[in-house]
Amino acid sequence: MIGHADKAALFAANEERTHWHDQALWFVRLKRDRQAESIPEWEALREAASAIKAHTLSRLADYLEEFERNARANGIQVHWARDGAEHNAIVHRILADRGIKRLVKSKSMLTEECHLNPYLEARGIEVTDTDLGERIVQLRREPPSHIVLPAIHLKKEDIGELFHKELGTAKGASDPNYLTEAARSHLRQKFMAAQAGLTGVNFAIAETGGFVVCTNEGNADMGTSLPPVHIGCMGVEKIVPRTKDLAVFLRLLARSATGQPVTTYTTHFHGPMRGGELHVVIVDNGRSAILGQETFRRSLSCIRCGACMNTCPVFRRSGGYSYGYTVPGPIGSLLAPLRDPSNFSSLPFASSLCGSCSDVCPVKIDLHHELYAFRQELVRQKIVPFHKRLAMAGLSWVLMRTWAYRLTGGLMRRIVPRLPRALVYGPWNPWGRQRELPQMPRESFRDLIRKEPK
Amino acid sequence: MPKVGLFIPCYVDQFYPQVGLATLRVLRRLGAAVDFPVEQTCCGQPMANSGCGEHTRPLAEKFLKIFGQYDHVVAPSGSCVSMVRNHYAQWLEGRQDFDHLRANTFELCEYLVDIARVVKVEGAFPRKVGLHMSCHGLRELRLGRSSELMVTPFNKVRFLLGQLRGIEIVELTRPDECCGFGGTFAVNEEAVSCLMGRDRIADHEKAGAEIIAGFDTSCLMHLDGLIRRQEKALRVMHVAEILEGARLS
Repeated sequence: MIGHADKAALFAANEERTHWHDQALWFVRLKRDRQAESIPEWEALREAASAIKAHTLSRLADYLEEFERNARANGIQVHWARDGAEHNAIVHRILADRGIKRLVKSKSMLTEECHLNPYLEARGIEVTDTDLGERIVQLRREPPSHIVLPAIHLKKEDIGELFHKELGTAKGASDPNYLTEAARSHLRQKFMAAQAGLTGVNFAIAETGGFVVCTNEGNADMGTSLPPVHIGCMGVEKIVPRTKDLAVFLRLLARSATGQPVTTYTTHFHGPMRGGELHVVIVDNGRSAILGQETFRRSLSCIRCGACMNTCPVFRRSGGYSYGYTVPGPIGSLLAPLRDPSNFSSLPFASSLCGSCSDVCPVKIDLHHELYAFRQELVRQKIVPFHKRLAMAGLSWVLMRTWAYRLTGGLMRRIVPRLPRALVYGPWNPWGRQRELPQMPRESFRDLIRKEPK
Repeated sequence: MPKVGLFIPCYVDQFYPQVGLATLRVLRRLGAAVDFPVEQTCCGQPMANSGCGEHTRPLAEKFLKIFGQYDHVVAPSGSCVSMVRNHYAQWLEGRQDFDHLRANTFELCEYLVDIARVVKVEGAFPRKVGLHMSCHGLRELRLGRSSELMVTPFNKVRFLLGQLRGIEIVELTRPDECCGFGGTFAVNEEAVSCLMGRDRIADHEKAGAEIIAGFDTSCLMHLDGLIRRQEKALRVMHVAEILEGARLS
């Protein structure tokens, strides 16, 4: 499998576009900064959010059962799915039993994770993603490149071209208002024709058995109030104990995600519409295995705001697709290898460990420390290539012996400057592709300190 | 008088001896009793950064043996100090002297500000300087407030340099974006690493900096490598080299 570094290099090779991508995301980071600054108790909110999540995860099973009881009492039908396959089968059964052929979807990274769309499409069900960005990538037959800004890798000209082909907009038109209007009327027809609506879940409240969906476009509300059947799909970690906990999370979520004080719509679902059905599918899909790992369990606190992606200097310059997983960026670089270490072994190394993600995270996940720790996990499982482990073993051997260290350093400083440039800067030297090596002084510090007056 | 163990990271010892000497002189002019134990080599960060914990362990043990008895340990490097303070526990927790070592190992600027209580810096440095706030010093040692955190701004490095006569510390568009060095990241992810570095340099250039000043020679080595390849007029300097000529009190 091609690792992150190669895919990132391909992305970064188009420097102009990479800089545009970097700027677009940095703009969102700055918007987040302005919103966070406006809250004097911002750091206290982060602390509270982190504590609520830690507490909830420590009693996750209890809260899930409490949620189930209360949800059933509200008339919500609750389903449990061990993994993606079970999740897809449950959703399909709900639709198939009711003869439903047209589904509109909104705000669900979980269904991306479970690959629900192709599963349903193969069974004759038309699935329409209705968030504008999601619809754009769906029309391009691509996955989202970012969890909150799924089409952030595309320019308005790309979208104009796509809409011309798919929705019949004027050729060459790229005015955002015009394109949005076209998408709007296209989606209206889908909403009107839909027989069921599926949404994600931002927060499920144990004490009330209801759940909350946060959106900006109103499409989730359209998709759940027109058709009679609503299915909400949630990972087990979406639980919060009390309604009042939302007072912490809702203040953090939109500010961290897009730099808005709050999402345009924050919809609470506490039961089916009159004459309709409301289903909730609670999905594990590897989450309880993560919960069992003390070092990494905090990654389950994630509220999917995407702030770690916007702030990550590597993500901004390598694009979401370089990660090859539904959730990219720093948090994805943990979640992906936690699920499948062999296939995603390059991701914990796709970070300079600058720590910006940990400082920006609204629930204070120590992302860069977990990435650092996961590297050891990969070595322990012998997934890091043998030659890399051997190189480190060799280096450690030398550094353990002061005489060997001095000898190696001295030889390097004497020999390297005398070698022909072509030899030093050959293809075997990735440092030297764009960078000069340090100038090698004749004497080391330990040589020079002897001449220093005491 | 407290006894200070000078910790000069391996690549500073080998490639940037002038940074080591500047650090030594700054500390001695303050009147510290500085000792350079010659058995030292490396804190083990390259191994730890690569995930090779078992190859880091002996180096952490060696470090403890060499530096465990000093009152203070000072190094001109934020990330090597962070290694000791934030990551050594995995191998050394519970060992004799470890708690003392962890609590008393300092990066140079934090040593000057927090331990030596330097309040006055007298000297001249009439140049336009861009501050490179290396990530580990910034976010792991908290040498300054990172731009993500909503707390009262402070910056120990700026506090020291800003007092020099004639110095102009230029304002960057992104005050603490990573330069892309990242240890083994610099070679594992060469393309992104170098693009990050070039972007960082461009920000300093745009702000009119003549010198990029930093407290982590590793980041400066990466930036300097890019600067020299592109034959730019900028140069990099370690904070110790700038403070070397100043009077600290």
